[in-house]
Amino acid sequence: MNAVPAHPPVRPSIRRFSTQEFLEARFALILILPAVFAIILVAFYPLGHAFWLSLWKINLRFANTPWVFLGFGNYLDVLTDDERWLNALRVTGTITVTSLTAEFILGMVFALVMNQAFRGRGLVRVAVLVPWALTTVVSARMWQVIYHATYGVFNRILYDLGIIGAYKPWIISPVFTIWAMIGADVWKTTPFVALLLTAGMQMIPAELYEAAAIDGATAWDRFWQITFPLLRPTLLVALLFRMIDVFRMLDLPIVLTGGGPGQATETLSLYTYRVIFTDLKFGAGSALAVTTFLIILCTAFVFIKVLGAPVAGSEAEER
Amino acid sequence: MGSSRRLRLIQLVLMQLLIAIIIIWCLAPFYWTVITSLKQANAIFYQPTTYLPNPVDMTSWRVVVTLPRFQGALINSTIIASSVTVVSLSLGSLCAYAVARLRFPGKNIVLALVLAVSMFPGIAIISPLYLQFRDWDLINNKLALILPGVTFTLPVCIWTLTAFFRDLPRELEEAAYVDGASRIQTFTQVIGPLAAPGVFTTAILLFIASWNEFLFARTFMSKVEQLTAPVAVAQFEGADIAAATPWGEISAAAIATTIPLVILVLVFQRRIVAGLTAGAVKG
Repeated sequence: MNAVPAHPPVRPSIRRFSTQEFLEARFALILILPAVFAIILVAFYPLGHAFWLSLWKINLRFANTPWVFLGFGNYLDVLTDDERWLNALRVTGTITVTSLTAEFILGMVFALVMNQAFRGRGLVRVAVLVPWALTTVVSARMWQVIYHATYGVFNRILYDLGIIGAYKPWIISPVFTIWAMIGADVWKTTPFVALLLTAGMQMIPAELYEAAAIDGATAWDRFWQITFPLLRPTLLVALLFRMIDVFRMLDLPIVLTGGGPGQATETLSLYTYRVIFTDLKFGAGSALAVTTFLIILCTAFVFIKVLGAPVAGSEAEER
Repeated sequence: MGSSRRLRLIQLVLMQLLIAIIIIWCLAPFYWTVITSLKQANAIFYQPTTYLPNPVDMTSWRVVVTLPRFQGALINSTIIASSVTVVSLSLGSLCAYAVARLRFPGKNIVLALVLAVSMFPGIAIISPLYLQFRDWDLINNKLALILPGVTFTLPVCIWTLTAFFRDLPRELEEAAYVDGASRIQTFTQVIGPLAAPGVFTTAILLFIASWNEFLFARTFMSKVEQLTAPVAVAQFEGADIAAATPWGEISAAAIATTIPLVILVLVFQRRIVAGLTAGAVKG
């Protein structure tokens, strides 16, 4: 008579739990639907459409020019026979390497300062937020005035300090322009990097530093043994997003330099934009756009999967 | 003893010096633009340039502030950025709540989608969007900026709000369930009020982001009266198009466009920093 019950006692509770689970999941799906719909409709569907357009030769300059199907012809043109694309790639690469190096060194110094307790932290925080919040276009206009070849304050300061012997045409010279543009970019983005790194530093437990101090580690050692390694995740995330920003960079060159002189500061995004809206070649331009997207995708893949950048959503959620 | 005190003093001085450098670095270009906007028209062309506006002259400001197309641009930007903020918050808060609190299959797919959008280059979809909006007759219509504005602010919105929702004590919701509240009631009446500060912080971030949007604004708006503030500043030629480059007016326009953002930064600096880093750095 003391037989094992026909139903193991856990069964009903599992059943009840899964009904609840079902209701929870259904409620969640209703909540996420609008956002997912917006994302698919205005980001992913157009991306697919861009890919479709990239397979055609489309010229909107003249009304009723028929579309000609090229298959991957536009891509072949880009990869094999496009000096301007290679130039844009070079410009974007140069900016990525130099701008990011400068930003992360400066941003680290800023963050180390901002992470200390001192009076007037609020003032520093406001100061740091100003370049971040500014519209890039506005900052480009500001730097135009600053860099001006004859009336610019940049020239005056360098001249008065004896660094240059004569005023230089910073944003119309083939030699200086890209560096002037990088300078403006570094100015605007260093604060953002500094804020992220400060946030990362604040998550490092103070006990680690205390223990290191007891062991007699110098400030230099503490930075390289504790701060830097523990900041690695933050650094990777910040680096990834800054790299992507450079691939998207368009407003700064379009206003500050117009991509010139010649094509000296024509970034990938600016070149693509011009093929689409100046030359009105929607097919070839879409091929360039999709190529840029693929480059970003690969970059993100390397950062997230190979280097392990802990970008929100890149790993299984904890619950 | 004496030498260690001296070392501390040096450290202190060095620290103050670095703080000063950071503040000057961040504000100097801004300061210079303000100065330029306050100079007399001919004083801008002095060689060498002067460090102070002498005398202070408000002509550039008067010209810019009374320019109808510039006023219109500020109004357009306000309308568009506010709409984007409200819509993005509505969609984003629902999604963020689900991600932060509920269990459902495919959560990682949703998060991956959101992440992908945050990396999307606007340029990748500009050609199809342009053709689409042209077909729908949305060129020079504010919807053409609000639609992509919402989609591209959603990632920041969802991440920031998810971080805020996670920090709320779970017990309150459980208590609400026990008291017989429905899920929707719990969300609107328990979570909503508690999350208000986080939602507000997110709203500031979204407003700044959409105020600053340039690529779509430049492409989908061609009529002068439909331009947004950043595009108006980018294309600013001054009141008199035939005159020499009006640097004073350009500077005034640049500063005028920035004033709303600087006010937000001054008032909400703490919140902005918290919000900015909540989504990006996982605690």
